[in-house]
Amino acid sequence: MIGFEYARADSVADALRQMAVSPGAKFVAGGTNLVDLMKMDVERPAKLIDVSKLPLDKVEEVAGGGLRIGALVANSDLAYHPLVEQRYPVLSRALLAGASQQLRNMASVGGNLLQRTRCPYFYDLVTPCNKREQGAGCSAVGGLNRMNAILGTSESCIAVHPSDMCVALAVLEATVRVTGPRGERVIALSDFHRLPGDTPQRDTNLEGDELITSVELPARGFAANYTYLKIRDRLSYAFALVSVAVGLELEGGTIKQARFALGGVAHKPWRNARAEAALQGRAPDEAAFAAAADLMLHEARGFGHNTFKIDLARRAIVRALSQAARGTPQSQSNKKIA
Amino acid sequence: MTDQKSAPPVTFTVNGARHALALDPRSTLLDVLRDHLDLTGTKKGCDQGQCGACTVLVDGRRVLSCLTLAVMKDGATITTVEGLAKDGTPHPLQQAFIDHDAFQCGYCTPGQLCSAVGLIAEGKARTADEIRELMSGNICRCGAYPNIVAAIQQAMGQS
Repeated sequence: MIGFEYARADSVADALRQMAVSPGAKFVAGGTNLVDLMKMDVERPAKLIDVSKLPLDKVEEVAGGGLRIGALVANSDLAYHPLVEQRYPVLSRALLAGASQQLRNMASVGGNLLQRTRCPYFYDLVTPCNKREQGAGCSAVGGLNRMNAILGTSESCIAVHPSDMCVALAVLEATVRVTGPRGERVIALSDFHRLPGDTPQRDTNLEGDELITSVELPARGFAANYTYLKIRDRLSYAFALVSVAVGLELEGGTIKQARFALGGVAHKPWRNARAEAALQGRAPDEAAFAAAADLMLHEARGFGHNTFKIDLARRAIVRALSQAARGTPQSQSNKKIA
Repeated sequence: MTDQKSAPPVTFTVNGARHALALDPRSTLLDVLRDHLDLTGTKKGCDQGQCGACTVLVDGRRVLSCLTLAVMKDGATITTVEGLAKDGTPHPLQQAFIDHDAFQCGYCTPGQLCSAVGLIAEGKARTADEIRELMSGNICRCGAYPNIVAAIQQAMGQS
């Protein structure tokens, strides 16, 4: 790890002030990803501004029935928060599917949004990676790419975003509130993470001098018909090969509204408006789910080691939509797939 | 470490003893416990947040000391495996690990113990499946998992 300066921020304004005069600085909260990347010399900040003690650790109800989640709420606290368990269980389940309890106790909501890819070449300083060094080349395209993306890829990067939480936030159509020297703004979750294109070094549309202050959930939580199904190499404490978050609204034996998102397959949580619209008004049966899965994966492309993910994702989508429609969400402790 | 930068001092309590330290900001809590405070019960396994051997309790919650920058824990109350026994009597979990032979080489055991203390305090695990899931952050390469689960169940029954 290279040497870096360290300072604590005592308010949001103080954090932004320090950032404005510290080129190359980064904010740190839980540190579970950043400290790891610093040990590997993948991240080399000149300064860490510690925002972990700022008063952004509350979960509050907002007018209209939504929820405001402070950026510093720990992943474990959010997963077990009664309002999240009751009204947004897909978010609770997704959080519990990620990492280990120790990491969930440390990791913040804001930091989870900003997780960087676990593509092994991103971590390996001796092989080229466009995400580490723009223009260097992508080692994963022709390399060991079993964990890599099948949707939204580019010539320059096939990395995936590793978060489970964000897949649920995509289904819930959360928004991210950020603040910076140019003031406050709200970013839709779907616009927060970027596709790699030819700038894979930029994971998100957050500017380097901006600080996430909260994540906001609209009222609709899909608490009756939801699931978070995560397929991985071992039953716990592993990143997703494919994950599926689902929220359905059923009415009189048909699907009134459907949302579903994939994790582990793209540079961002993956949704497809056509695939969701195709479910609207249909009976919740396997034929409808298979058709939606085909639409979702229409443009999927494998790179050799990860080509199996296309079929895996298709089956996982059908399974997850079935679980949600039946009201039998995937258990996160008994891993037998329902 | 030649390019050490300055950082504000940090004060925290470890197993009841208060420590005021001036640290290189790069120091992880794990390295501070082992190298500065001679508390070598906490083990360095992967040093990358993937094995759980370094698990300690910070303000009563289980965390990974290898991914914790010590300077960020100003004012914290920290418990390591050395702080679990009271007056020479093993913690009920330590006794349960002995009763169930819940280890072989023992390297992961301090992390397993601190993690299980955290688990019991959280109160979210009731079944063996739930214990396994919520202990998945602690790898045991000897494969003592069935005995670890049995030991935790015994300790849960006592708490």
